[in-house]
Amino acid sequence: MAVTVLPYGPAAWLVESDDVLGLAAAVRAKHRAAGFALVDVVPAAGTLLVTMSGEPDVEAAAGWLAALAPQRPEPTAARRVVEIPVRYDGDDLGDVAEATGLSVADVVACHHAGTYTSVFCGFAPGFAYLRGLDRRLQVPRRPTPRTRVPAGAVAIAAEYAAVYPSPSPGGWHLIGRTDAELWSLDRDPPALLPPGTSVRFVAEAGP
Amino acid sequence: MTPALTVLEAGLATSVQDAGRPGFAHLGVPRSGALDATMAGVLNRLVGNPDTAALLETAGGLVVRADSAVTVAATPDVAVHQLAAGDTVAVHPVPGELWGYVAARGSIAVEAVLDSRSRDSRSGLGPPAVVAGTTLVVGPDPATAVAVDHGAPPRRRTTIALWPGPRRDWFDDAAWRALTSMQWVVTPEVSRVGVRLCGPVLGRAVTGELPSEGLVLGAVQVPSDGQPVVLLADHPTTGGYPVIAVVDPADLPSVAQARPGTTLRFRPR
Repeated sequence: MAVTVLPYGPAAWLVESDDVLGLAAAVRAKHRAAGFALVDVVPAAGTLLVTMSGEPDVEAAAGWLAALAPQRPEPTAARRVVEIPVRYDGDDLGDVAEATGLSVADVVACHHAGTYTSVFCGFAPGFAYLRGLDRRLQVPRRPTPRTRVPAGAVAIAAEYAAVYPSPSPGGWHLIGRTDAELWSLDRDPPALLPPGTSVRFVAEAGP
Repeated sequence: MTPALTVLEAGLATSVQDAGRPGFAHLGVPRSGALDATMAGVLNRLVGNPDTAALLETAGGLVVRADSAVTVAATPDVAVHQLAAGDTVAVHPVPGELWGYVAARGSIAVEAVLDSRSRDSRSGLGPPAVVAGTTLVVGPDPATAVAVDHGAPPRRRTTIALWPGPRRDWFDDAAWRALTSMQWVVTPEVSRVGVRLCGPVLGRAVTGELPSEGLVLGAVQVPSDGQPVVLLADHPTTGGYPVIAVVDPADLPSVAQARPGTTLRFRPR
């Protein structure tokens, strides 16, 4: 599989790949044997950022990354399906229905029918970008972000679904809320949905 | 009595910082850590701490009182002070700089969160905010000698070395030339997250949206207005603006310490 390795300063590389999570698993599994020490391995939409410690041999490191074959992520992470109970009463349900031409009930049904995968975290600790959103629900983010979105807000924007782990500003469409703890320092890892996790949303009975 | 410092005046943007928490970026956790790791190292060595011990960082106006005998080293004088109970020390940046520090022998012993005592200014991860009345326990004496020969304040550079970034080719050649030859003025938009610069507009060779990708400390990100932002310790872990260059780690403290209005130049490394 062809990958592109882009240098990113003296000790980091950005690798474009169509199997980012498989490549991340391979980097974590094989760096020691190859003689490299990792700082961070950061999946994103179509790239993997790899930062190393010390002063790595840049050509050797780039060559190693370019030749690395993706491997299946650790079985425990791959097999894990996290269910998130959702109360579908978000402030933007009506707007999403209008933008998509669906009824509110269909928006809700579409959202919890899917199985999602956490493809990367970003924006805030524990904020996971979930791939798998039904095409019919893919609408651009709100023109004006809210200054405050509460923790547990269940949201969609463009091709992603997400749950806000903590109160923050936010421009995604809010369709529901959950009591699930997306971020907890009492847990290892503290993120409920680290990259690679499978996710299902389950509709809770209304109030 | 356990040695401690009490904050009398919290000052501006004051927080506890150490070397930060790299290694958690895949969970969306910023690395944080002292913006000027060089100065933090100098002050820590002066009081006999490891370079990366937790200390207080402030944009100015911080006043702390020793609740018992404590040895500190602080800006702006970058010198050791033996404080007796009740003595106070005022902490400001070195004149012309943006961030000041005070290190206490034994380090600031707030509870570590994900292996670090640093506070992330955006998410609040780490120890609580430093406010007036906060009492900060000082850790056990490191049983090292208090140094006398590590007090030289770091030398600042106004010409900053740049590595090409992963999206260098998203910009036209004129943009790279402008970045590495023209003057760049530090705008008032400076924070622990980044430093926004003002100069010629950096033109794109590739237009369109970039999907989110990982960001590194010192990344020079170019939003749609063409004015670069140098990312500092509390930068988000991913972002969707192309990164044209990366500041050499050795020069990053000079960028973080540059006050609004300062002129910087960049050179290819």
